[in-house]
Amino acid sequence: MKKALMLLLVLLMGGSFLFASGDKESNDKASSSKEGGVLVFARSNDAVGLDPGTEDDGESFYPIRHIYEGLVAFKPGTTEPEPRLAESWEVSADGLTYTFHLRSGVKFTDGTPMNADAVVYSFERQFKEDHPAYDQGPWKYWGYMSMSDIVDSVVALDDMTVQMNLQKVEAPLLNNLSMEFAVIVSPTASAKYGDDFKNNPVGTGPYKMVSWTKGDSIVLEKNADYWGENIFLDRIIFKVIPDATARWLALQKGEVDIIDLPSPEDLDAIRADANVDLVSGAGLNVGYLAMNTAKKPFDNKLVRQAINYAINKDDIIKGVYGDSGQAAKNPIPPTMWGYNDDIVPYEYNPAKARELLAKAGYPNGFSTTLWAMPVVRPYNPNAKKMAEVMQEQLKAVGITAEIVSYEWGTYLDKTDNGEHDMALLGWGGDNGDPDNFLWVLLSEPAAIPPAGNIAFWKNAEFTALCKEAKETADLATRAELYKKAQVIFHEECPWVPVAHSTDYVAMKKNVKGFVMSPLARREFYHCYLED
Amino acid sequence: MFRFILKRLALLFPTVFGVVTLVFFMIALTPGDPARVMLGERASEKQLTELRQQLGLDKPLAQQYGLYLKRIVKLDFGRSIRSGQKVADDIRTYFPATIELTIFAMIIASLLGIWIGVLSATHKNTWIDVGSMMGALVGVSMPIFWLALVMIMIFSVGLDLFPTGSRMNVRFFFQPHTNFYLIDTFPYLFKGHPEYFLSALHHLVLPSVCLATIPLAIIARTTRSSLLEVLKQDYIKTVRSAGVKERRVIFRYALRNALLPVITVIGLQFGYLLSGAVLTETIFAWPGIGKWLYTAIQARDYPAVQGGIIVISTSFILINLLVDLLYSLINPKIRLS
Repeated sequence: MKKALMLLLVLLMGGSFLFASGDKESNDKASSSKEGGVLVFARSNDAVGLDPGTEDDGESFYPIRHIYEGLVAFKPGTTEPEPRLAESWEVSADGLTYTFHLRSGVKFTDGTPMNADAVVYSFERQFKEDHPAYDQGPWKYWGYMSMSDIVDSVVALDDMTVQMNLQKVEAPLLNNLSMEFAVIVSPTASAKYGDDFKNNPVGTGPYKMVSWTKGDSIVLEKNADYWGENIFLDRIIFKVIPDATARWLALQKGEVDIIDLPSPEDLDAIRADANVDLVSGAGLNVGYLAMNTAKKPFDNKLVRQAINYAINKDDIIKGVYGDSGQAAKNPIPPTMWGYNDDIVPYEYNPAKARELLAKAGYPNGFSTTLWAMPVVRPYNPNAKKMAEVMQEQLKAVGITAEIVSYEWGTYLDKTDNGEHDMALLGWGGDNGDPDNFLWVLLSEPAAIPPAGNIAFWKNAEFTALCKEAKETADLATRAELYKKAQVIFHEECPWVPVAHSTDYVAMKKNVKGFVMSPLARREFYHCYLED
Repeated sequence: MFRFILKRLALLFPTVFGVVTLVFFMIALTPGDPARVMLGERASEKQLTELRQQLGLDKPLAQQYGLYLKRIVKLDFGRSIRSGQKVADDIRTYFPATIELTIFAMIIASLLGIWIGVLSATHKNTWIDVGSMMGALVGVSMPIFWLALVMIMIFSVGLDLFPTGSRMNVRFFFQPHTNFYLIDTFPYLFKGHPEYFLSALHHLVLPSVCLATIPLAIIARTTRSSLLEVLKQDYIKTVRSAGVKERRVIFRYALRNALLPVITVIGLQFGYLLSGAVLTETIFAWPGIGKWLYTAIQARDYPAVQGGIIVISTSFILINLLVDLLYSLINPKIRLS
């Protein structure tokens, strides 16, 4: 009996080996054209949900970007908006009215037409409290981007024209509308599925969802009626492999075609592999050390500069980020327009730091606290380790810093209310506009608790420049204003800007047409597989 | 016997109620505001207030507890704060993956563990004994994530024998129903798609072997010491002096009694594994309850954590009950007392 069981088991195992080869046969491609094929993308986590209005995590946004489209969208590889479901638009002279002309003949994948009503529905459900779908919230990103303070109303002028009326001039609006929360959803499907719309997404994008095995994979299939061109893949599979090294092993074995965020330890092996391409891009984020300028001694500019001289960023990058970070000198990342590359960063110079401290009246240094987040964030993979390195470096110039940490929610609460002396934190950009960093993190209005500006730095000149840029339509003028603002930031240094993370994606050599997004998104719109 | 079972079943209710209550207060007293954790760096005060209201966090604790009990009695675990998905649906999705993996791992661990234990007890102080007990020591102390990665590197990437992870070849587009893949794919064996079932089985091997290492080592040690103990007893001497073959002495007379503590250990290990092997699940991309619960705890996702812990601990309690019943089958003395 036992033997028979054993034999059966052995036979089954043997049989399963025969089919093991199936794991490697990679694409069901017919010809040598670009058309067809299945792309498997392995990433660390599953989507939380697929309703673009309610989600706020990147993993949900990856499939969302393929299923839905907005009025405008980021031009691939940039943070610049370009037409998508809106073919064109006009902005009124006072900057308060945007009129969008919709692309005609576009259908949702449930067969209903994309028109002005659908656009109005997609926006109103997120802010009109009497809207039938409002209760399906919270509409997180609508809130994060303060859209309720910007948008007054969204009106259908006719079937194919939509007018958006604003409460105030807001130059970054088009960037906001290029984000996932502002895509257009099928009102029919949203009403039909209600709270379960997040499991049954319907949009106009080049792909539609055919299955979602929770925690494992989402399968998207080409939308045969898509209006746009150059969509080649039959299917895209978003596969979850939580461990970074396991992802790399799966790629090596050919089970998947692209992997997200390989482990820094594996980068050398990946570079050395002749069958694999490694693509990198600077993340749209910044990790920083904020000094609480509302407290002594950080109200003194000389002390803040001294600390900037005392911190050795090269050591921190090496010890904390490894291959996946670059030193920061400005509060915005270098891939963003308006980045001021003429700024000369504070060099590592402990002697100079001690000199400045003496000049500020602290020849023997002082004691303070250094707060470190308890969690891993994209902009800071290990805050506690970073704090320890900084602690050592500060000690060398006479500053004794005690490391403090709280549970994440408490940490955010306390820093927002200014209980810290110095605190590590960071920011990931959402809409690719410098306003999204400089205004949110460093302006005067942001320094009122609960504050985004946790340095509590109040500089009228800086705030005025950012405000002017917010209300100016011309991009070149805005860029100049932001560059000036960065000069003030550098001189006054309410932060030590520490680093921008680097994003990596590794793929088989036959995957073509992938463009890295500076917004930390993954998009396979025009990808194809070469034989 | 019947009364014994009834008594044990009756005890089930207060135990589960204790778990339910403990879970609520443990979570309620944990520092950290779930609304804050959920919305992160970007949250506005208005958003936070709205969310707290929506989650009922603005109500007094006693009232929250009352509402919670009312829901649980109706077996309604609510919706996850983080994802808005029904917690019951999530558990139905993720728990079967863990159960399937655990059953496989425990079959491997029990069969091999008992066999190794018997072998080293009967060859006490020989190289077989020393070798297998050293192996057991290594098995208990090996870090699982490391073992898992090494196994993938050797057996999957190096020797090309097994897939690196997941429950099935992702290119098959197979849609499970019960989420027990072996059950879901079984009918396809006869519908011209045997590859589904075979792929599911093939994918089970590495993770279950990996997960089996620790219980295997523990079972082997327990079997060895328990069997050695029994072999010293007088009735064994009697049986031996009656000229019964050694093989029969071991398997017919000694092992049966020696298995009592082993069954307890197997039951306990089974229960532990059911609570989800976060590391094994993570490295083998196995979408089980452990990883799911871990994420929920990190996100302060109250309803998900509550639902998950209640279901897991209830199954733990049920397994213990099962072990007790098995005991009484094997050893009549327990039935009588």
